[in-house]
Amino acid sequence: MIRIENVSLRIRATPILRDINLTIPKGGVVALIGPNGAGKSSLLSLIARLRPLQQGTIHIDGLPVDRTPGPELARVVAILRQDSTVASRLKVRELVGFGRFPHGRGRLTAADLEIVDQALARFDLTDLADRFLETLSGGQRQRALVAMAFAQDTDYLLLDEPLNNLDMHHARELMRSLRAIADTRARTMVIVLHDVNQASAYADRIVAMQNGRIIADAAPLDLLTPDTLETVFGFRMRVEIIAGKPFVLHHL
Amino acid sequence: MTSAFSIFPSRRGVVATLGLAALGVLSLFVGVSPLPPGRLLRDPQALQLLVVSRLPRTLAALLAGAGLAIAGLIMQTLARNRFVEPATAGTAQSAELGILLVTLLWPAAALPLKTLIAAGTALFLATAHRLPPTQPFLVPLFGIVYGGVIGAAATFAAWQAGLLQFLSIWTSGDFSGVLRGRYELLWLAAAMVAVAWVAADRLTIMALGRDAAIGLGIDPARMMQLGLVIVSVVSALTVVVVGMIPFVGLVVPNLAARLIGDNMRATLGWVAFGGATLVLGCDIAGRLIRFPYEIPVGTVMGVVGGILFLWLLLRRS
Repeated sequence: MIRIENVSLRIRATPILRDINLTIPKGGVVALIGPNGAGKSSLLSLIARLRPLQQGTIHIDGLPVDRTPGPELARVVAILRQDSTVASRLKVRELVGFGRFPHGRGRLTAADLEIVDQALARFDLTDLADRFLETLSGGQRQRALVAMAFAQDTDYLLLDEPLNNLDMHHARELMRSLRAIADTRARTMVIVLHDVNQASAYADRIVAMQNGRIIADAAPLDLLTPDTLETVFGFRMRVEIIAGKPFVLHHL
Repeated sequence: MTSAFSIFPSRRGVVATLGLAALGVLSLFVGVSPLPPGRLLRDPQALQLLVVSRLPRTLAALLAGAGLAIAGLIMQTLARNRFVEPATAGTAQSAELGILLVTLLWPAAALPLKTLIAAGTALFLATAHRLPPTQPFLVPLFGIVYGGVIGAAATFAAWQAGLLQFLSIWTSGDFSGVLRGRYELLWLAAAMVAVAWVAADRLTIMALGRDAAIGLGIDPARMMQLGLVIVSVVSALTVVVVGMIPFVGLVVPNLAARLIGDNMRATLGWVAFGGATLVLGCDIAGRLIRFPYEIPVGTVMGVVGGILFLWLLLRRS
């Protein structure tokens, strides 16, 4: 369980997050949606202790993120950042292998290599395993980074816009994989998504943020209504229910 | 991170080892005083020459080369920039200033001045890490400016004290003064290479950026300190013992990255090896070009390294 209590964040004088309270139980997929600058990425950074907590507390499975030793927390939670540019000349297999670092401190056992192979296969990277990252396309690189986070094999996975640069096919494959991982291994995913329809199709629960606050938090069917969407994004859009799931026609 | 933990998994490794060994043997028998291998057994003076001068000189070149190449590799990893090395980051100038201050203030002190040099490099890396990795030319530019400022201070101080010539003697790299008893500090450089080997995976992860490092449970500040210690100790020791040797830390890690990649566990052995080979080769060349006179290794390396660096740059585009 991730428990966020009374968390606020300011950067210089600008408030980024205002008094956030959120509990995410173990298992399932939670989508974070909201306009640019709503504070979604900042919240994810705080949960993953990439930024120091200024106010409030965050616990993951009872571990306070600001006081738990880094290596211990790295076996509980993994994060994929939105703009992870890898400047290093690493091969895909090497990069994914570094996901195993928190478990063996660098020594890859046979079991580790097995997990790395699984991660490569799951994200359609087996053929690219021995290529240098810089020779890949943006979408392939994005998948390699997701595979690395997956190989970390943590109960909690935080993904900041994982669909960046992905084509329709791979975006769908990625969301289906994440859904399957959450279902079969009882993992918890917190995913920042810009496409509300992806959130509708794959998330159990959607948390909508705006201007540093959580302004709606419900199942997709209850949250994706014209009224709520207008409050979050600032304009009115049609919502149709297809196959039991709400679809937002925001392009019209 | 690879499953194979051998340093040289391939036939290339055997060839490289043999090449370096041949260079090492050659270095023992090349010099102003003739030393044919046959005389060693009969002539105690020949043996003396070998043990007191030639062997220490060869070892010093190997250690300094390996150490500088590793220092360059670590600087490039931590600054996330391929264009930095100890010689382009104000290290030489910090060393000049350090040595000068020690000479002026505590003429009796011998080598503790290395702490001052270390401070100079540390400031560079600590600052360079804050520069955005998206602007690759900012870091070396900053290094040059930083070196220029410190160098100006050193030159001014030397000029005031009438020690300008003294400065250039200290800072240009030269192995001709290396004798038994005067190079042993360099073994610490070998120790630093070993430390880098132990931390290789963590250093590679540091190159993925601060967020990735924290996400994998690494404390970036502590890794930065470790890297600083390695870089500072190696560059300080080489400047103090043999003087500054440019380009080793720049060219060798770049070549290794081009050929093998940036996974330090896989490249570290090659980088150390390449640095040792390059420096020893340049030292031997310096002894032979104007025989019986010597050209300092710093000068030879300036030419060879410059050509290699240009080649690297031109092939890149």
